[in-house]
Amino acid sequence: MLRMSTSTPASWGQLPKATHFCHPVHHRLAPLPSVESSMLPYGLGRSYGDSCLNDGENLLLTRGLDHWIAFDPESGILQCEAGVSLAEILEKVSPMGWFLSVTPGTRFVTVGGAIANDVHGKNHHKAGCFSTCVLDFELLRSDETRQLCSRSENQERFHATIGGLGLTGLITRATLQLKRIVSPLIASEQVRMRHLGDFFALADETHDTHEYCVAWLDGLASGTSLGSGIFIRGNHLEEPTDLTWKKKPMLPVPCNAPSWFLRKPFIKAFNYAYSHKLRGDRHQGREHFLPFFYPLDVADRWNRFYGKKGFFQYQCVVPRVGDGGPIREILEHISQSGQASFLNVLKVFGDLPPEGLLSFPRPGVTLAMDFPNRGPETLALMTRLDEIVMASGGALYPAKDARMRGEDFRTFTPNLDQFIPHIDPAFSSSFWRRMERGHSCPSG
Amino acid sequence: MTHTTLILGATSAMAEQTARLLAADGDKLILAARDPERLEILAKDLKVRGASEIQVLPPFDASKADTFDALLDEAGEVDRVLIAYGSLPDQEALENDPAGIRREMCTNFGSVIDLSSRIATRMQAKGSGTLAVISSVAGLRGRQSNYIYGSAKGGVILFLQGLRNRLQPHGVRVITLLPGFVDTPMTADIEKGPLFASAAKAGACIHKAITRGKCDVVYVPGFWRFIMWIIRAIPEPIFKRLKL
Repeated sequence: MLRMSTSTPASWGQLPKATHFCHPVHHRLAPLPSVESSMLPYGLGRSYGDSCLNDGENLLLTRGLDHWIAFDPESGILQCEAGVSLAEILEKVSPMGWFLSVTPGTRFVTVGGAIANDVHGKNHHKAGCFSTCVLDFELLRSDETRQLCSRSENQERFHATIGGLGLTGLITRATLQLKRIVSPLIASEQVRMRHLGDFFALADETHDTHEYCVAWLDGLASGTSLGSGIFIRGNHLEEPTDLTWKKKPMLPVPCNAPSWFLRKPFIKAFNYAYSHKLRGDRHQGREHFLPFFYPLDVADRWNRFYGKKGFFQYQCVVPRVGDGGPIREILEHISQSGQASFLNVLKVFGDLPPEGLLSFPRPGVTLAMDFPNRGPETLALMTRLDEIVMASGGALYPAKDARMRGEDFRTFTPNLDQFIPHIDPAFSSSFWRRMERGHSCPSG
Repeated sequence: MTHTTLILGATSAMAEQTARLLAADGDKLILAARDPERLEILAKDLKVRGASEIQVLPPFDASKADTFDALLDEAGEVDRVLIAYGSLPDQEALENDPAGIRREMCTNFGSVIDLSSRIATRMQAKGSGTLAVISSVAGLRGRQSNYIYGSAKGGVILFLQGLRNRLQPHGVRVITLLPGFVDTPMTADIEKGPLFASAAKAGACIHKAITRGKCDVVYVPGFWRFIMWIIRAIPEPIFKRLKL
C-alpha cells in the first residue's frame, strides 16, 4: 500500500534542509509508487549528510517493511524485511545466543540502510563490513522486476547494491548469517594513550587479540600530546552467562538545543571529563554489549544537541604511514584551527577487500569527527582536510558527507564507472545529484 | 496458559501491532483479512515472534454476510476475538453519494454488529470469552468533517454497550476500543499532529486491554478519555457553530 503524504524527514546532521514527497512502504510485494520525479529509500535517517535525502522529489519510507520472514535458531540464519532495524534484530536474537557479526556505532539503522552504506564497526580489522553477513537480498527495480541478489545470483547487482547508497533500487528483504555468543557481556578494556604513537602500538598489539577496538581522541590535545585519548577494546565474554536482558528507556531529547549549547566551552568540558574518566592507565571490566557498542544510543536523537543549524560529520580514511603521516597532519591542522570536534574516533581498518563497488572502508586509518555547523569557517577547515586526504590517496565516507566535491568523489571511487550502469533510472538522491554537478563526474 | 485469538482484519495496522504482542505471549492466532498475500507475510512474521500456532483463514470479505458462519466454524474454538477492520471514507466525496454512505455503513457498522452477534451467541453458549471491537473516538460526537464514519462507529459503540449488558451474566467480556488519531496507512493522507499515536503504541494499549485490562471502554491511547470528555461537554448550540 503506497500513498502519498508530505512530511520532512531529515538527515542525522540536520543539514542540508530538504523537503520531500513521502511514500510509506508497508507491503514488500506491492509495486513501487508511480511518480514523476525520482525516488530514494529512506530508513531511519542515520546518514549524516544528504545521501539519505532527495530534495524536492520522493522518498520511500521503508520502516513499514518491518516483518520477520524466518529465523532458524540452529543455524543463525535470519530472513527479514529491509526496514527492520539492527536494534530489533539484537533484541530478538541475542537472548537466543546470536549476534550481528558486524554492527556500526548505532543500532538504530535499518538492514537496508546497513547494506546500502556497507557499514562497518569496531571489528572491521577482523570481520570486514556489514556485507560479509549478508547472504542475499531482494531488489525491487522501477521496471517492476524483483531480483534476488547474492554471491551466486545477479552477482554484479549484488556488489553494486552493497554500498550503493540506495540508488540501485529498493531492497525489500535480506538474509543474514548471525554469529554465536554465549553471553551478552563484553570483556572490555580501556587503555590510556598519551600520544598518537600509543594508538598505533595498541592497534598493532590488539589486532590479533581483540575482536573489537576503537580509540577516542581528546579533541583538545596538541603538541606532544596530540592523539592522546582512550583506546577501547573488547571480546565477547566466552564463559556462558544469562543471555536475557531488559531494555532500558532512552534519554529523550525532545527538541533542538539552543545554538550556544554545543559551543567550544562545552566541547572542552566534555573532552576534559572524558579524558579524565579513566583512573590510572588501564581499566578492565565486563559490560553489556549495549553501552560497549552504542554509547551514544543512550540518548534518543542526540543530534539535537547541535541545535537547528546542525553539524557536519567528517570521516576519512588515509593510508597508514609509520606512526603518523596524513593522520598526524589532519589532527595538527584541526588543533591549529581552533575548531574543536565533539567526538573524535580513530580506528585502523583491516585489509579485507570490500565487497561493494562503492564501499568506503579500505586499508588504512579512519578518523571520524563531528563539527558544529559554524558556516564558512567550518567548511574552510574541511576543504583543507580534503586536500590532505586527497594528497595521501585516502577517501571520504559518502554516508557522512554533506559537502565533498564531485570531482573528489570520483577520485575516491575507482569503481564508479562500473557502478553507474546499475543505478535504477527512477532512483536518485541529493547526494548523487551533487556529485553529478561536480563537472568531472559523469551522469548516471 | 496460552489463549486462542481470532483477529478479523488482521492486516490493519493496529491489529497487526496487537498481534505481534499476542504472538510474543505465545498465543495461538487465527487470522482473517481480505488480502491473502499480506496475510501470508503477517503469518510468517508472527510465527518468528513466538506465536505457538498460526491459522490463516480464507480471504475474508466483510460485505459477504453469508460467509460469516463458515468463517467462524473454520476458526473453531476461540477464547478471544478482535474485530479490527474498517474503512475511513473521504467524507466530502460521500456527502452526495447515498449509495456510498450505505456501503460505508455496511462495512463499518452492519457487518461489525452482524459478526459481533454471531460471536456473542457462540461465546454465550460456551459461558466464556472476550470480544474486543475497534470503534473510534469519532463515534462519540458527530462532526461535519467525519460524521458518516463517525455515525457508523457510534452505532457500534451503542450496540456493544447493549451486548455487554446482555452477556454480563454469562461470563463474556465485551470491550469497546476507541482509538484517537493513529498513524496508520488508513490515515496516511491526513497531516500528522501531536495527537497522533504510533500504531505500535495503539497496539500496546489494545493488547493490554485484552489481556490484563479491566475496563469495558478503552481509549487508545488513554489521554483521549480526557479530550473526548471535553468535546462531549460542549453544548450543542455552541458545537454546531464550531469547525471541527
